[in-house]
Amino acid sequence: MSNPPRWLATRRHVVRGLAAAATSVALPCPSFAQSAARVVVIGGGFGGASCARALRKINPRLHVTLIEPNRVFTACPFSNEVIAGLRDIAAQQFTYDKIAADGVSVVAQAAAGVDAQARTVSLADGTSLPYDRLVLAPGIDMRFGVLAGYDEAAAEKMPHAWKAGGQTVLLRRQLEAMEDGGVVALAVPATPYRCPPAPYERASLIAYYLKAKKPRSKILILDAKDIFSQQRLFEKAWKQFYPGMIERIPLSQGGRVVSVEPATNKLVTDFGDHEVQVANVIPPQKAGNIAHIAGAADKTGWCPIDAATFASKLVANIHVIGDAVIGGNAPKSASAAYAEGKACAAVVASLIAGTAPERPTIEGTCYNIAAPGYGFSQSGNYQPRDDMFIELLGSAFTSPANAPDELRRREAEQAKTWFKTITVETFG
Amino acid sequence: MTAALINVPKKAKAGDIIEIKALTSHVMETGYRHTATGEVIPRDIITSFTCRFEGDEVFRADFFPATAANPFISFFTNASKSGKFDFEWIGDNGFSQTASASITVE
Repeated sequence: MSNPPRWLATRRHVVRGLAAAATSVALPCPSFAQSAARVVVIGGGFGGASCARALRKINPRLHVTLIEPNRVFTACPFSNEVIAGLRDIAAQQFTYDKIAADGVSVVAQAAAGVDAQARTVSLADGTSLPYDRLVLAPGIDMRFGVLAGYDEAAAEKMPHAWKAGGQTVLLRRQLEAMEDGGVVALAVPATPYRCPPAPYERASLIAYYLKAKKPRSKILILDAKDIFSQQRLFEKAWKQFYPGMIERIPLSQGGRVVSVEPATNKLVTDFGDHEVQVANVIPPQKAGNIAHIAGAADKTGWCPIDAATFASKLVANIHVIGDAVIGGNAPKSASAAYAEGKACAAVVASLIAGTAPERPTIEGTCYNIAAPGYGFSQSGNYQPRDDMFIELLGSAFTSPANAPDELRRREAEQAKTWFKTITVETFG
Repeated sequence: MTAALINVPKKAKAGDIIEIKALTSHVMETGYRHTATGEVIPRDIITSFTCRFEGDEVFRADFFPATAANPFISFFTNASKSGKFDFEWIGDNGFSQTASASITVE
């Protein structure tokens, strides 16, 4: 905006770029194209989709493009219930139709490159989309190769199921095919990774399935850390519902998995080998690949930001939200990504309008279901301080460790309501 | 207190470089922390770790307050002949722990 000649050139490119991708793009009204700023959002998860939608709500004159190769989104929250056979994968899936109906141009392609100097995003088919501001919401990618023996081919034998979809169904099938008396292992990485308590919810719900259908089976959690989110609540639930079924080896007992052997379904820790029937290997993770291509990720593999504006600390005119972000206490969760998406939309709209952005507050809520009808939660509010999100004093909530089953039942119901709300708000 | 964990290859060829891993559970309290009422939490750390092969010292490490809890050590040595590795951890308040493992060198 500070450079009018380039800004004009940028707009011309947009019209061409969009026309070239016309099969999947709702062409914006030409009268808007003469005057409105362009925001491109890469990634159609809870962060990117909510951001794109909120941008159009805040300022209907903005040209908002959402780049997402999948035509159907498969949500991670509640996908552990799919793995346990309690829920159909279809209940996790959402389309982008309503987002497009809100005036967002949805481009069903993968972003292939970002030219931060020219401010363009190139797509898989070779077209390029100019932007005034770019929002990266690429989620996570697996750091294949960091855990020795674990690459993309290995993931077809030892599923991570850490991006919902085919991997979720694969893990479910393996559990169904396993004979009674088998061992299901979960390899859990050190933080940071997507959704910190999810491996333990997964262990709980797999135990629920095994207890009902294959009661001689066991679950082994090989953990690269000593303590975990809502540990007391999980361990209490395991004792109550699945006594003797779940064994966890923490880091200080040699639980860190250092290599895997897919051919034999073997997990190797620093101090032992474990050959198991089903191996759910959750590998170390990083910001989604496009963030690395754009130069927005640092050597940690994640994206440092100015938390007040979500602006990348590494690349101008790029904002980063959701699981790809590092810095501070805001969790890598769907609810935080959704809140960041909306807050980032407000910031970007302000910057485009030339007004001072408001300081965002991010709400993070995380429900865990340890058994059907038995849930607990953790939540907090976060505000930016420099490049970090800091939990607001007094905002942290964790369900009490000792509570009547009635409270757990209510929280399990609230979890369903939460999922309904966040998916309707984002996709419905 | 759980036993120390050690990982020594069961077998090796003469001249092989082998990796040895050792981990023991310990709080490694620095001595620099205070309780809510301001009292110093006394230092309680492991101060040394020694590995001997057939009585000869092959690796030794001194630990300090900055060493993390549950210290994990990995080092390499030459497999020369069959024999026994002895591991010893010594620390504050009379802390002492030992472990051993044998290797067959062909």
